[in-house]
Formats: sequence, structure tokens, C-alpha cells
Amino acid sequence: METVLDWLQPDWLLSLSVVSDDYNRGRYLSGLWMTVKLSVICIVLSLIVGIAGAAIQGAKSRALRVSVGFFVAFFRNTPPLVQLYFFYFAIGTVLRITGENGLPQPLVSNFGWAVISLSLFAGAMNIEIFRSGVEAVPKATIEAAEALGYTRLQIYRYIVLPLALRISMSALGTNLVNLVKTTTLVYAIAVPELLYVAAQIWSEDLNVREMMNVLLLSYVGIVAVLVWVLHRWEKALRIPGYGG
Amino acid sequence: MPWTPDQPIISLKNVHKSFGQTEVLRGISMDVMKGEVVCIIGPSGSGKSTLIRCINALNDIQGGSITVEGQELRDPKLDLLALRKKVGMVFQQYNLFPHKTALENVMMAPIKVLKQNRAEVEIRARALMKKVRLEGKEDAYPGELSGGQQQRVAIARSLAMNPDVMLFDEVTAALDPETVKEVLVTIKDLAAEGMTCILVTHEMGFAREIADRVYFTDRGVIVEYGPPQSFFDDAKDPRTKQFLSQIL
Repeated sequence: METVLDWLQPDWLLSLSVVSDDYNRGRYLSGLWMTVKLSVICIVLSLIVGIAGAAIQGAKSRALRVSVGFFVAFFRNTPPLVQLYFFYFAIGTVLRITGENGLPQPLVSNFGWAVISLSLFAGAMNIEIFRSGVEAVPKATIEAAEALGYTRLQIYRYIVLPLALRISMSALGTNLVNLVKTTTLVYAIAVPELLYVAAQIWSEDLNVREMMNVLLLSYVGIVAVLVWVLHRWEKALRIPGYGG
Repeated sequence: MPWTPDQPIISLKNVHKSFGQTEVLRGISMDVMKGEVVCIIGPSGSGKSTLIRCINALNDIQGGSITVEGQELRDPKLDLLALRKKVGMVFQQYNLFPHKTALENVMMAPIKVLKQNRAEVEIRARALMKKVRLEGKEDAYPGELSGGQQQRVAIARSLAMNPDVMLFDEVTAALDPETVKEVLVTIKDLAAEGMTCILVTHEMGFAREIADRVYFTDRGVIVEYGPPQSFFDDAKDPRTKQFLSQIL
């Protein structure tokens, strides 16, 4: 078996150490898993931020609406890498506790800051996306619910949100795909995701060109899975005779 | 003082309503007894729709008083849910929830708003679908139904809350002539069962047939009212006469 495999491997595959070398394969897979984990957690949190933010933007309190507006402006008008550095280096160095050995320890890990930073970044975009969806729900439909005695919260939960989600679906998909691709930024604070482990591998094995191809294909695969999931979701939400 | 059925179920006294600088209702008074069917007619922009939207507090009023079963709507302690449970409303554009089937549209409010038992609500909802002659369309989405069918689902949806009064706001104005009839038949059934109904309508023949009283409004005031026979055949006010001559 071993010999057959050796015979099957062309020269270029030998330099592809993520295939030939167990240790590097392990590193690659752990990086892949980190990217997937980071993406899934951030997608879920950013959706929650988006829904909550869009709901608050419809609130009566002006102060609440204005603060959500500031939040969105902050995350939309600054580069995500700068945000990440801001959280990790500016806030992270303040938020410290004294560890068991008496030395100061960060309260939030670099992975933690990556999750917080990316979720808020994508969440801010989701707020805008959901808001435009919410605004597209006809006033008359909401009025009909009011006339039936629904409270504001019930209207939002049972009428506005399900309709706004359907309206927002394509814009939401674009933003979530962007979020997955933006996870590569956390390389900058040493979270061992795909790009980080790939850089480790190519600096040891000097196979930069091969690893670049591996990286690109890996992201093509990850995003393809996400797009497929989003497509299934959109299909499941489709209403006969509504929209198009 | 608690309300008793010998008092008007709905009573409007000198109601004033403005949108900004524009005064839409300028002193409207009207009493409706339980079981009565009242039609409001008048030219566009005369305040008919605003008037009935005030009765279930979709619009607030700036002057005068509206009471429903003795409850003053301008009372700051008004229980909005209790009011809306008593007063059902059907709109010109049906306004069904497009992401729910016809049956779910009917069932949602009793379950979510009144917290009633799902199984019991479903039995009632199916009966209501039958009552509006839509048996077999329970699982259709609004987008798959014709305008007339959607409007009947909207009527069933309001009835599911067991209201004491139904308000109809030009419910046939957006329909094809062929489907108008099926909606009117449904309303006629309701009226025959003794439901208190207030209709804003352009269907003069229908008003004449089912109304106990017809009101003619123009520029925010009630110009003339009376039983349909005398109203249509023997209008006194020149404005009413002019309007009727244009329409009939």
C-alpha cells in the first residue's frame, strides 16, 4: 500500500506537505477547524446583534436609536483590522486580571477578541441590512396586526421579523460570506486559523506557492458550503405566491 | 357606570381629528346600538376611513369623545388589547400576513395575543373558514388566493377574536367586480346573525339593502343620515343629492 501511494505521488505533491506529512496535515486541519468554528460563532452572534439592533432602531426612545446609529457608524466607517487591533491592543491590555502566579493575565483571549470584534463588525452591517428589510414591510400589514391587538414586541417577532428576513436574505448572504473571508484578519492577533497555520507551514517547508493554492481552494470550499446552506435556508423560507 | 346593552355600543360625540394643520373630522356625533348595521358613504377625502379608524384607536382624536361599550377611548388608562378584542377591523387591502397560510392567519391572534389553546382555536378557525365559504383553502398562502378570497380570510381573522363590533373600511374597493359579491354575501351573513357592523362603502345598492342607517359625510362633518329608504329616495341636503346623483 505504502509503495503504491509513493508511486502515485507526483513530485509536486511531495512539496504539498499538508498531504504527505502527518504533522502538517494535523496543523492544517486544526487551522481549518478554527476557521470554521470562528465563522459559525461569529455568524450566529452577528445575526443576534443584527436582529437586536434593528429592533432597537424601531424603538420609541430617541437615545436608544441614536446609540445604535453610532454603533453602526463606528463599525462601518473604520477598517475591520483597525477594529481588531483596537480591541486586542487597546481594550485587551486594560482588561487584565492577576493570575495565580501573580502576573497580570488578559481577561479575554485572542480568540475571544476575534469573536467579539468580528461579530460586532458583521453585526453592524446586519443591523443595516435588517433595518432596510424592516422598512420594506408594508405599514398596512403592521396596522392589521395592531388592530388584532398584537403588542409592539409581538408584531416585531411574528410579523415584521419573518418578513424582513425574507426581504434581507440576499444582502445578508453577501455579508455573511464577507464575514467568513474576514476571519483571515485574526491572523494579525495570532489566532491559529487557516491563514496562520498556512504561513507556519510555508515558512518551514518553503512551499509558498503550493500553500497559496491550498488556501484559496480551502476558502472556495468553505464559502461554497456556506452559500449552499444559505441557499437551502432561502428556499425553506420561500412563500408560495409571495415575492418572486 | 358599567355599560348595558340598552345603551349605544359605540358612541361618538363631537369628534375632532386633525393631521397636523388639516382638520379631517370636524365634530362628528353618531350612536350605534348593538346589532345595528351602519353604512357611511361620502366622497373621497371626506374623512370616512379616518372616522372608523378612530373607533378602534388606530388614529387618536384631538377633541370630543368616543366610547365603545362605555369605555372612553381617550382615557389614558385605556386597555388597548381589550378594545381591539371587542372591535374587529377589515381593511381595503386585506393586509393578510403573507408568510402564513389562510388558516394560520385566522389562528395566530387568538393563540399569540389571547393565549388561547391551540387545538380549540384550530377547531374554531376551521369553522370560520367554512363560514366565509373558503373550505379547502385552509393551507393556501395569501399570495395564492384571489382578492375576494383574501378579503374573506381577513374577515375570518377578525372574527376569530370574537369581536362585538366589526368595522369594514371600503373592503370591496380593491376587488374585481365579480369577487365583490362573495365578500358582500359574507358581510350580509354576519349582519343577519346580529353582528354590529359599521361599513365605509361605495356599494350603494348594498348599503340600501343591509343598512339600518346610512350616514353621508363630506369635509369632515355628517351632512345627513337616516334609514336607507328615505336617505336614498328622499335626500334633503343639496350636497347629498349631488353626491347620490353622481353615483347612482
